[in-house]
Amino acid sequence: MAHMKKHLDEMQYILATDVGSTTTKARFFHKTEETWRFLVAGEAPTTVEAPYEDVTLGVRNAVREVEELTGHQILSEDGDRIVVPYDGKGGVDLYCTTSSAGGGLQMMVAGVIKTITAESANRAALGAGAIVMDVMAVDDGREDYEKIKRVRNLRPDMILLAGGTDGGTDLHVFQMADLITVSKPRPRLGVSYELPLVYAGNKNIRDHISTKFSEDFALKIVDNIRPVLDQENTEPARRAIHELFMEHVMSHAPGYDKLMKWTNIDIMPTPAGEGMAMQFIAERYKMNVLGVGLGGATTNIYSIFDGRFVRSVSANLGMSYSVANVLKEAGTENITRWLPFDLSDEVVANRLMNKMIRPTIIPQKLEILILEHAVAREAIRLGFQHHKTIATRLKGVQVTRTVDDYFEQALEETYIKMMNIDIIAGTGGLLSHAPRRRQSLLILIDAFQPEGVTRMFQDSVFMMPHLGVLSTVHPDAAWQIFNKDCCLRLGTVIAPSGIGKLKSEIFSVELKMPDGTTRTEHVDFGQITYIELGVGQEANAIINPRKGFDVGTGPGHKLSISLTGGEVGIILDGRGRPLQIPEEPELRKSLLMDWFDSMNLYPTNALKMVGDV
Amino acid sequence: MACMNTDEKSGKTSESMYAYTPGLKIKRYTEVVKVRKLPLKGKVLVNLGDVLSYDDTVAKTTVLGDPVFVKCSQILDVEPEELMRYVVVDEKDFVKKDDVLAKYEALFGLLKKQVCSPIDGVVESISGLTGQIIVRGDPKPVEINAYIPGKIVDVMPEEGAVVETSATFIQGIFGIGGEKHGKLKVLVESPEEVLTEEAISDEEKGCVIIGGSEVTPAALKHAMDVGVTGVVVGGVEHSCLVEFLGREIGVGITGEEDIPMSLIITEGFGRMTMSRKTFNLLKQFEGHTACINGSTQIRAGVMRPEIIIPRQEESESSSEVEISAGIMPGTQVRIIAEPYFGAIGKVTILPVDLQEIETESAVRVLDVELEDGEIIQVPRANVEIIEE
Repeated sequence: MAHMKKHLDEMQYILATDVGSTTTKARFFHKTEETWRFLVAGEAPTTVEAPYEDVTLGVRNAVREVEELTGHQILSEDGDRIVVPYDGKGGVDLYCTTSSAGGGLQMMVAGVIKTITAESANRAALGAGAIVMDVMAVDDGREDYEKIKRVRNLRPDMILLAGGTDGGTDLHVFQMADLITVSKPRPRLGVSYELPLVYAGNKNIRDHISTKFSEDFALKIVDNIRPVLDQENTEPARRAIHELFMEHVMSHAPGYDKLMKWTNIDIMPTPAGEGMAMQFIAERYKMNVLGVGLGGATTNIYSIFDGRFVRSVSANLGMSYSVANVLKEAGTENITRWLPFDLSDEVVANRLMNKMIRPTIIPQKLEILILEHAVAREAIRLGFQHHKTIATRLKGVQVTRTVDDYFEQALEETYIKMMNIDIIAGTGGLLSHAPRRRQSLLILIDAFQPEGVTRMFQDSVFMMPHLGVLSTVHPDAAWQIFNKDCCLRLGTVIAPSGIGKLKSEIFSVELKMPDGTTRTEHVDFGQITYIELGVGQEANAIINPRKGFDVGTGPGHKLSISLTGGEVGIILDGRGRPLQIPEEPELRKSLLMDWFDSMNLYPTNALKMVGDV
Repeated sequence: MACMNTDEKSGKTSESMYAYTPGLKIKRYTEVVKVRKLPLKGKVLVNLGDVLSYDDTVAKTTVLGDPVFVKCSQILDVEPEELMRYVVVDEKDFVKKDDVLAKYEALFGLLKKQVCSPIDGVVESISGLTGQIIVRGDPKPVEINAYIPGKIVDVMPEEGAVVETSATFIQGIFGIGGEKHGKLKVLVESPEEVLTEEAISDEEKGCVIIGGSEVTPAALKHAMDVGVTGVVVGGVEHSCLVEFLGREIGVGITGEEDIPMSLIITEGFGRMTMSRKTFNLLKQFEGHTACINGSTQIRAGVMRPEIIIPRQEESESSSEVEISAGIMPGTQVRIIAEPYFGAIGKVTILPVDLQEIETESAVRVLDVELEDGEIIQVPRANVEIIEE
């Protein structure tokens, strides 16, 4: 619930924080001459763990840094609260926060059929910002005793139970309910904690469900997530998860009772805030958006495709705490294929394990930075692969196949088509801290492999979650800050789909530049380059793909389009889709070196020395 | 709280609180306190002031047995709502394995079907909705022991107790395997030496053995075969750990591995010379019994593996040093990232302004004078304070 002390139009100062698992990040915003801008950032270690066990200490320290940098007093004299509203001298008009401290919101999800109700429940929990620890279903291939053992070991913060269409199966829903109750799940937040359970299944058996979960659970019943087979209704479950997150999970975390009193709007899980920001981009641009939050422990992928929002979280893919798991999942060869120099498997593994056991170290040598960027490509690639298994058409719905479908191998699992993605956006420490913006740009391109014409965005200093939560009450302020200070326009990439022969031309582009000049670029297969076109600048282009290559208008067909510039400009990517990396090591390394060179990706002199660490 | 340091070159001040990484604890003599808590409420068996040995039980409880679902209506081939007509037990009844739970007879006994309990246990529920009977297995006992020998200094009714002892305390950087104890034996001459299979004999059964910079896969296997309880070394190759464990480690949360021997590395992955201070301490207490725990948790609320050498009978002044001041000129640090991994030196300058490093990142750095007199510049994030 929002408790505003001032009308939105009268506000002048806004404070937003994100209480992360290791760092609390404060962002301070100010309205000057009718425009909201980001002023300054303050950061401090999160204090959720012993000996502090009070998150407000970390928030206070981060806010103090903001105070020191601006001279604007935000905390009360005794430092025990945030002064709201701004009184002409100090304080802020609105304070809001997101949180992922202590592992965020960890949920277990259950349904009847793995690919129907359990899958919908999974999407609802992920959309609410949860880390889904397990998805259980009657037909998930595990024996009852295995599921029971799993539930007993999980220690979730919350459970979402779905199953059955309205008036459909009840037997299997009862079976899943039995499985949960007899397993007696132990909540992570202690034995005195009443485990919240959202029921979003067959509405005809609500009475039985109420009786079943009357003890030991804080039950909330909402509308069925799949009232009929061809309809998915995740919103009521998502809302209930947010409410229970505030009422139960947050109120049990150390210091959150106090933080809840400080904030003017409900605390939101960090990924939910990040997701709001991604949705914000899609709404404002009215385009299909693909986004990534690449963190130290997790990788969140967001898609807003034809208006449908889906979030996935890969809980063990990340750049520090989970970096060794990226190695495990991707395999060393998938990481080293992005390196233009030799590094033995053992050295790669040892280096990444050392990063995992000391997550705060930073690359001092270029070779190590390039290795981290290689891992980032793989973390996002794997996260996106996972995302596509969640961003799927509704299963259980009869699909009318056309004759063409029978010639295709099968109906594609995901509905996301890279050719129809208009914008790709990235956030997270590694992307924001990349020494050159073009490095994060190429990481995003290599990992997602956009096709056709795609705009590329990036979070400047990690404030997407902050603006996401702010957008729920003050969308105009959030958009102004997002537009001017948060969202870095990196440029636009042109990448035709198709595969050709190295060094044979695959497309040309004729550009009418903002200064009135015209230039034509020819791009060979296996080549990537860029044309400078600044932020806010546009160039009219005619893209002419060769036979067998497509930029969205069909193979070999021209596309006339206005291209938007950015910090890097217009990227002409002729490396093929799917992206082709030669298997022959010398050819691969030389080609990678060409790409790095033509994109001016790393400092030239240091790049020549890599491999000598 | 922030600590202000002065940059000798510019005379500016800087806040160092965000800069330092607390180092691993290597304490010659300190008070070690261990909270020994049950996972569920139970009975505490010790009293305040009791003196315990390693294996003495502190508290015990029972956890619920595993439930088993018996799909009765399906087996009897009746509708779930008809089940109650055929059930021959009541909820809360004790049943033995193969006792009949429900039976169905038709055609004057010519057609018979029955469902038996698959385990010994208690009938927890009989459901006419699902057609299932749930039998709960016998409760399982859970006990926690003292782990370290020492005195009970606090008792938490129904939960557990706190054991305290004086000890030498050394933290490792990463480990696997749970709580163990054994006699310390140093099997190498120097911290640079690699621990090989040949160095380990049957005499090391039940011991915690100390190597130098690395342990070979063959040595690990041999140590396990002879019944060593723990191995402590500076480093280990990733492939060696995979071979030993039979799988790759993805995230840094360990301790639950089902292995009879714990492994602790004190420096990192790869061949890593064990810190001389750690090595010398372990050498000094060779022959003493050490309690070790490989459990590691690299997340917020970090937990590192540990080597505790109890020294109840001795008395020495505690080597606890307050390090809340953070890094200052003169602070002894160890470099924890390449290209100077493992080097030890003293901080000379903490420049205030961000400095551009080879990667072109602008980061906070510090100058370190290494033991050989060379002065190098490293990111502040890449050093840890040596806690003594």
